[in-house]
Amino acid sequence: MRRLNAHLTLLVLFCALQTAFAQDLASFEKRVHVKTLANGLTVLLLDRPQAPVFSFFTVVDAGDAQDPYGKTGLAHMMEHMAFKGTNEIGTTDFTAEKAALARVEAAYAEYDRENSRVVNRDEKKIAELKAAWEKAREEADQYVVKNEFPEIIERNGGVGLNASTSLDSTQYFYSLPVNRLELWAYLESDRFLNPVMREFYKERDVVMEERRMRTDSSPTGRLVEQFLSVAYDGSPYHRPNIGYASDLRHFSATDAANFFKTYYVPSNMVVAVVGDLDVDKTFALVDRYFGRIPSGPKPEEYITAQTKQTSERRVTLHDPSQPFYVEGYQKPNFRDKDDVVYSVISGVMSEGRTSRLYRALVRDKKIAVAAAGFSGFPGDKYRNLYAFYAVPSQGHSATEMGAAIHEEIEKLKTDGVSPDELKMVKTRSKAALLRSLANNQGLAINLAENQLKYGDWRELFRRIDKIDAVTNEDVKRVANEVFVESNRTVGILETKSAAKGARQ
Amino acid sequence: MKTKILMAALSAALLLGSLQAQDATTTTQTTSAGVATNWKQIAIPALPAFKPQLPKRVVLPNGMIVFLTENHELPLITGSAMIRGGSDSEPANKTGLVELYGETWRTGGTEKLSGDQLDDYLEARAAKVETGGSDADTSISFDCLKADFNDVLGIFVDLLRNPAFREDKLALAKKQMNSGISRRNDESGDIASMQTDILGYGKASAYARVPEYATVAAVTREDLLQWHKQHTSPNNIIFGVVGDFDSKEMEATLRKAFGEWPKGEKVSEPKVMIAPEKPGIYVVDKSDVNQSEIRMIGLGIERKNLDYFALQVMNEIFGGGFSSRLFINLRTKAGLAYAVGGGVGSGWDHPGLTILQIATKTETTADAIKGLWEQVDLLKKQAPSELELKRAKDQILNSFIFNFDTPAKVLHEQETYEFYDYPRDFLEKYRAGVEKVTAADVLRVANQYVHKEDLKVLVIGNESGFDKQLAALGPVTPIDITIPTPEAKAEVTRPEGRKPQH
Repeated sequence: MRRLNAHLTLLVLFCALQTAFAQDLASFEKRVHVKTLANGLTVLLLDRPQAPVFSFFTVVDAGDAQDPYGKTGLAHMMEHMAFKGTNEIGTTDFTAEKAALARVEAAYAEYDRENSRVVNRDEKKIAELKAAWEKAREEADQYVVKNEFPEIIERNGGVGLNASTSLDSTQYFYSLPVNRLELWAYLESDRFLNPVMREFYKERDVVMEERRMRTDSSPTGRLVEQFLSVAYDGSPYHRPNIGYASDLRHFSATDAANFFKTYYVPSNMVVAVVGDLDVDKTFALVDRYFGRIPSGPKPEEYITAQTKQTSERRVTLHDPSQPFYVEGYQKPNFRDKDDVVYSVISGVMSEGRTSRLYRALVRDKKIAVAAAGFSGFPGDKYRNLYAFYAVPSQGHSATEMGAAIHEEIEKLKTDGVSPDELKMVKTRSKAALLRSLANNQGLAINLAENQLKYGDWRELFRRIDKIDAVTNEDVKRVANEVFVESNRTVGILETKSAAKGARQ
Repeated sequence: MKTKILMAALSAALLLGSLQAQDATTTTQTTSAGVATNWKQIAIPALPAFKPQLPKRVVLPNGMIVFLTENHELPLITGSAMIRGGSDSEPANKTGLVELYGETWRTGGTEKLSGDQLDDYLEARAAKVETGGSDADTSISFDCLKADFNDVLGIFVDLLRNPAFREDKLALAKKQMNSGISRRNDESGDIASMQTDILGYGKASAYARVPEYATVAAVTREDLLQWHKQHTSPNNIIFGVVGDFDSKEMEATLRKAFGEWPKGEKVSEPKVMIAPEKPGIYVVDKSDVNQSEIRMIGLGIERKNLDYFALQVMNEIFGGGFSSRLFINLRTKAGLAYAVGGGVGSGWDHPGLTILQIATKTETTADAIKGLWEQVDLLKKQAPSELELKRAKDQILNSFIFNFDTPAKVLHEQETYEFYDYPRDFLEKYRAGVEKVTAADVLRVANQYVHKEDLKVLVIGNESGFDKQLAALGPVTPIDITIPTPEAKAEVTRPEGRKPQH
């Protein structure tokens, strides 16, 4: 591989990619259609006629950062409730069920009030109120047709049916054969038009199990929860988005309904549909069905701001598990002008076997199984962390990881990145975007998320131009501003032998 | 492999999923305003005809089988070759050999270029050439922009023909693998996966073996070179290419690139022993969890079995999605779990495992086991209702299009059928087979393939919280998962020597 030759090829490639890009953006400009319905809902459509199927992505601009105090995990709980059906789907008699659900809420409010008492607890009374609440639940439950909503989707050929909640937002998605487009428009709008908080308390138990699985029973899950609680104060990013266990035993169906009323308004949501679509007909369909959702004001956006960090923070867990290392540095939200600089830093530090962290920690020092840095931990809507982590090789400690990562950060601060590295990162971001364009679900996600965050899906492509403009000076400047000890939080998982059973 | 798990753990902490995991008869017109007032009113038109493009199959004179699929949507080309022979046939005292081979094949570079030089060259072009080792095959693949195809193909061919397996990269791969071994007891799910294979296939079976420090240490560079020599010949390779190219030109290019390569010895299929462990309750004690990971394990079927279709319908009814019996009864109604599901598994060339799984809080461990047992009893006692049967078949048939909605999926199916000697129209046979399944078929296969008395019950959890409950269900066998030290003899490939029952 002669060096000169490699450079020449790279130049040619660059031009080819650039042209392909201009063409793709131009072609997308023509093929992506955006509309805001009268009620404020933004809809994006993209005709991709490769096969008679489509995928969609609904994103709600509210996540667990919006959970009210004392009710952490509520946004995620609401996501689970969006599978419980409507006043038509999932019930044998909605009128009777509605009345029964109201009695459940009244009984729960009484029980919860007594059960939350610290002083003068009356255990007998609490037990009675609990029994009354459980009886009311049984009565309401007799009207439920279990899982009818997802069942309709599944039997109509829905695949990839799921949803997710982060601290920043909540998203719903699946794919269907294209002859089910109207059925989809009906179901997806109905779930946000006529939601019913049925089986709420049983679903709370399910979410408790989700918490046990992801957090309580997982060493890295436990470390992440503790790490974030130390790294953030003020900002809601200090909370676990699955919620604290006590809040999961406390919040009510009424709380979820109120959360829904506030945040699930058309002006706060974006829907993207990608597949074998007739754009005009689909818009008409979406307008008819989603247009039924009443408009509402965009919810208040204020949240407590993260305080400025002035000294290093640190959390160490001693667990019966192999070690793990993570550290994070506070940085501005995704709207910051330097946002793309962090993408370049991630590319150079973490992507592929040429990345600096792989080469230093894995290949040369041989102290880690994996090492990388990434932006936006645990979200990027608010001030957040640029995080580095490393998985120590057998026999190496978490502390060694910190030292080796800092060495690489210092190089970045002093010398920045080489022209070759910068070029490589730019080429790869273009290619990565190109590769993402051949997938209905992936496209729906990209279009909806860019529309939601930047008010324009084109940011998906413009970001590439912005990355192209990043210089070595930018990288050095940002690294020197952000990657400093007083702005750092360290999370360490150290091995402690279990009392018995699992060893090593 | 560990990295993926840890990354998953990290991202799981950031993003919470809500899961774990054809009614064309209604033709009522929608109301005049065009808005249906009930979902049942919505007409489902016929799905537009769609014939997936089958790849072109070419057999080179040296026996290499090539599949070509043109896809001009984007200026990209990808290719992947499956090579017969995998870890199922590696020697027991060198368990891990094929995984080390798959890693070092790429990182060890070619005779001309080191792996690090390949990294520089390929990553500058946003291209990839990767290798891997799996149970039945090893693989080499590429992914590049159309403009770079000739350069990348050159590297692909060089790596296929002249790999160097440099010693330093083998040492690195071994270090990585040993680290993976040291981490395998950290998460309940990882422990459960490993023990599931052991209980299901038997501790000495190649389908259940895992690398140990001693077996990793036993692997040499010479082993990798030998493996390559014995397996990687054109007549053992199925190579599929999809992307923005002209098939005729591509065929000519590949004929030229591989034509000179002489045939080698045909790889024979390994004889793998299957000797499932005895039925019973097996417990791995893990002190740092508040949830029990429960699996019930039995032997499944080979996909060639004609009952495969009825079993797929049964699985859908029993433990498939949101509307399955396990999900509805144990999650939605009982609130016992977030993750629950399962069914009779199937393999392409050997029986899969029947696995029912549920994760529940320590206190309800026995309730969850009893709940799964009840569902097994019910499955074997009565045939599904007509409605259940229809739902399950609709689910499979209406989502059928997603088996072949991209050219890459179609190509991959065809490569797989070729590799395991299945008919090229297997998907079509599958559709026809599912259509014919009756409620009586489901009852019959449930009784034929699900044997409650043979199921091994595996529990990974905090034993002090459920030991009394489990003792009431039957004799409990503890599993010791202590990782053997590197000094242990290589023949001790199964560490979990059982302690006497208590």
